[in-house]
Parts: sequence; structure tokens; C-alpha cells
Amino acid sequence: MCGIVGLLVKNQKMRADIGKLMLPMLIGMTERGPDSAGLAIFGDKVADNERKFCLYTPDLVFDWQKLERDFAAHFGTKDKVEQNANHVILKTTVAPDSVKEWLKEAYPRLSLLCVGQLMDMYKDTGTPAQVAARYGFQNLSGSHLVGHTRMATESAVTPAHAHPFTAGEDWCLVHNGSLSNPNSIRRMLEHEGIAFETDNDTEAACRFLEWRMREGDDLKTALNKGFDELDGFFTLLMGTKDQLALVRDPFACKPAIVAEHDDYVAIASEYRSLAHLPDVKNANLYEPMPEELYIWKV
Amino acid sequence: MESLDLHKITVRELNQYLHKELPSKNGVKKLEILNPDGMHSIAAGMDAPVDIDIKGHGGYYVGGMNKHANITVHGNVGWGVAENMMSGTVRVKGFASSAAGATGRGGTLIIEGDTSLRCGISMKGIDIVVGGSIGNFSGFMAQAGRMVICGDAGDGLGDSMYEAVFYVRGKIKSLGADAQEEPMTDADYAAVQELLDRAGFKHSPKEFKRVAGAKKLYNWNADANQEY
Repeated sequence: MCGIVGLLVKNQKMRADIGKLMLPMLIGMTERGPDSAGLAIFGDKVADNERKFCLYTPDLVFDWQKLERDFAAHFGTKDKVEQNANHVILKTTVAPDSVKEWLKEAYPRLSLLCVGQLMDMYKDTGTPAQVAARYGFQNLSGSHLVGHTRMATESAVTPAHAHPFTAGEDWCLVHNGSLSNPNSIRRMLEHEGIAFETDNDTEAACRFLEWRMREGDDLKTALNKGFDELDGFFTLLMGTKDQLALVRDPFACKPAIVAEHDDYVAIASEYRSLAHLPDVKNANLYEPMPEELYIWKV
Repeated sequence: MESLDLHKITVRELNQYLHKELPSKNGVKKLEILNPDGMHSIAAGMDAPVDIDIKGHGGYYVGGMNKHANITVHGNVGWGVAENMMSGTVRVKGFASSAAGATGRGGTLIIEGDTSLRCGISMKGIDIVVGGSIGNFSGFMAQAGRMVICGDAGDGLGDSMYEAVFYVRGKIKSLGADAQEEPMTDADYAAVQELLDRAGFKHSPKEFKRVAGAKKLYNWNADANQEY
């Protein structure tokens, strides 16, 4: 079991408070996912030639200033890092491949959570309330976000196994359910030269969809191929730079409910995560149909 | 009328009151539950003839295992509303998610809106009346009871059903294995009318068709070659 939440704020004035609006949604899904929580938020865009790198350290004490100095010394830049508990966000114009290669060599204990121009990602073990407090989720601002609370059923409980998963840039996915053929998907993708970071089933779905879209499919075509290839139960919620997308398996084995309001679109596994939203009684509440793609644009 | 506010007490406290204190309190015939906010198991396990109004949206298992109570939800509900109900009535003013009335043994479940997948799965005597449409795989292995569907039915209606009977007013996307359409008899028209009256829905029984099990799965058929 797991919980998923998504929030897309249409009212510009409310975007500064997206973290506050979302927090009770995530905490509302604690019973569905008490062991880890995560969030991907789409906020301010960096300069056109820049990328954000979200990094995670497993160490309780980590000298981020040293990382900043080492990075500057190696690449000859003046890039700064912003630290937030076990996370850091590095903004730089250095090419992503060079950054990744350097990080792997110089700081092998760091995990790279995501790369992009808009998306920041947080994921860690602990209850949703603990993770939210650790990273100050209530202070986040942005246009849309995707969140997840995890109750592991098929792989280990570690920050890396927590959701969201990402591949490529400014794209992420959270999953409630379980896949029965993640290993065959993984073998197929490994033949395509795609590397995996964990043995989590959701990572297989994530890398499959990202691979299809990199090969030229749009999201809809990629998901239709996903219906053919992915066997199991899933409610998938995806975030891109300007949209949220939701799809449920043909048997709708995992729940989802949507509240569409003039000010926002909110998605959750269950209504109890939506009950606190402002003026939700006037929102259009509905259950997404199985095997249909729902897309909401920012 | 008594009013219980789920912003002030927990669902566990609410249900303990409904189970233990309420039946011995003579005179309480009606109570309302405020701020349900999608919480689970509200008024599950009732065993007292009392009217309960839930003012808002319920979560999973609202009115589950109900006996005697008459429960109205002024909103939507999550999975498994009135699951394994024994008697009494559960009415949902909005829509119901998956597995509404699952394994229900008696009483009446009325859903004014649509229901999601697997409505009435393995029902064992409950009557279910749905004002809107029902999702895929509804009535799977339905053993006894009746289901009236005023809208459309999804894929695989009544797959492997036993003695239950369904009445559908709208389109049926597909019937499940062994389910078949059958001619309506006078007894069927009377049954539909009685159930529609109970729910307060204004349709003519003449608009409904009957679906029941062909009973070809009751005995193992060695010649079927696994094709059913």
C-alpha cells in the first residue's frame, strides 16, 4: 500500500502557499504509507543555460561548504549550494554529464535525486510528518507538485527506494501498487543501455516511460505502450514541467480521487487527503476511470 | 437530535459509543455525524435501529456490517460501503467507490450517484439500487440478492454469478462468463418496482432488463476445454 498526492495551483496568488496546502494532504496519507515520504515540486525556473541538481547525503554531518569549494575549484565556477537538512540544491551552468561524472568520483556517497530546470526533489525515510518537518515542506512554493507516502511491499526501505522516481529532466513519477514484471522490463531496458539505481519496481516503470518519451513518443503513446508492457497494479501520477498526469491500471486496483476547483486541481489516493482544501465542497470531485489518461496543465 | 463531531472525537470513540452506549440509551432514534472528512469505518458494525445522518464525505467501509441501522451519507464514500451488511439501509447521496455492498447478506444499499468497479462483488442476499452507472466487474460471483442499475453497467457484469439477479436500465458494456440476459417476468417487474420505490427513483420497470446466471458453471464440464 502507498499514498499519492498531487496538487496543481491555478490561482497565481496561492502558489506561494503550495507547501502549506499540500502538507495535510501528505500527512493524510500516513496510514497508507508510514515508512518513507517524498515530494517533487516544480518552482522557479533557473536561467536557460543552468540546471538544478538535487543531492542527498546519507551522512548526519556533511560539509556542504567543502562540496561547494571543491566544485568551484574543479570547474572554475562560482556556483553556490543551498542546503536543506540532508539535501542540497546545486545550480550550475556546467554540463549535466560532467557534473554527474565528477560527483560520482569526488563524492561517491552522495545520491543525485534529480536534474532539471524547475523540479526540486526530496525523499527520505520516516513518517510523512517527520520527512515534511525535516525539509520544511510547509515553506515550499511552486505551481505544481507530486508527493508520495510509502509502505514498502517489494523492496527495501531506504531514501533511494522512496518515491518520486525520475529519469531525464523535469519529469517524475509516483506509484501506488505493485508490478509483477519489473525484472523483465529492467532486462529489456538494460539491453537499451539504461542503468538502474535501485531494485524498486516503480523505477522500472519510470525508466520505461522516460525511455519511450526519449524515443519520441508523447506521454499518451508512452503510457499506451506501458499498458502493454507493465503487468500489475498501478495508479501512476506523473509531473512534468507544465503538467500533472494520472493513469490507473485496467482493473483500477488502487484508488484515486480528483478535486477540480477554479483555484486548483488536487489528486489523492483518498478523499481524506483532500478534505481540508479551501472551498473543496465546491470542487468537482470524481474518480478517474481505469486505463484513461488524465492530464492537467499549469 | 444527538450530534457527534469527528473534529472533536475519534472514529474509534464514535464507534465505541454507537456500539456500546447507544443501544442501552432508550429514546435516541436519530443522530448526526459531522465532519466525516473521508475517515474510514464510520458507523461500521452498527447493531441498533437508529437513523444516522453522516454530513459529508465518508471514507472506506462506511456502514460496514450494518445491522438494523438506517444510515444516510450526505456525500460520497470510498471503498467497501456497507460491505457485509446484514440488515437495515445505507443510502449514499453522492457516488460510491469500488466494492460497494461487497459480500452483503441483507438490507438495502442505495447509491444515488455512480459506483466504481466491483459493486456487489460476492453479494449474498443484499439488495443494491444504483441511481447512476456501475463500473467493471460488478456482481462478480454474486450468490444471492438483487441489484438494480438505473444507468449503464461496465465490463464483465455478473461474471461467475450464482443465484443473484440484476436489473439494468442502461447499456451493458459486456457480460461476464455465464451471465446472460433473460426475459422479464411479472415477478421481475414487481421486484424492480418495489426496489425503485424503496430507493425513491422514478423509472418504469418496463425499461429494465434482467441478467442472471446461466448456471453452466455449477458442475465441472470436462468437455469445456477450459473455455467458458
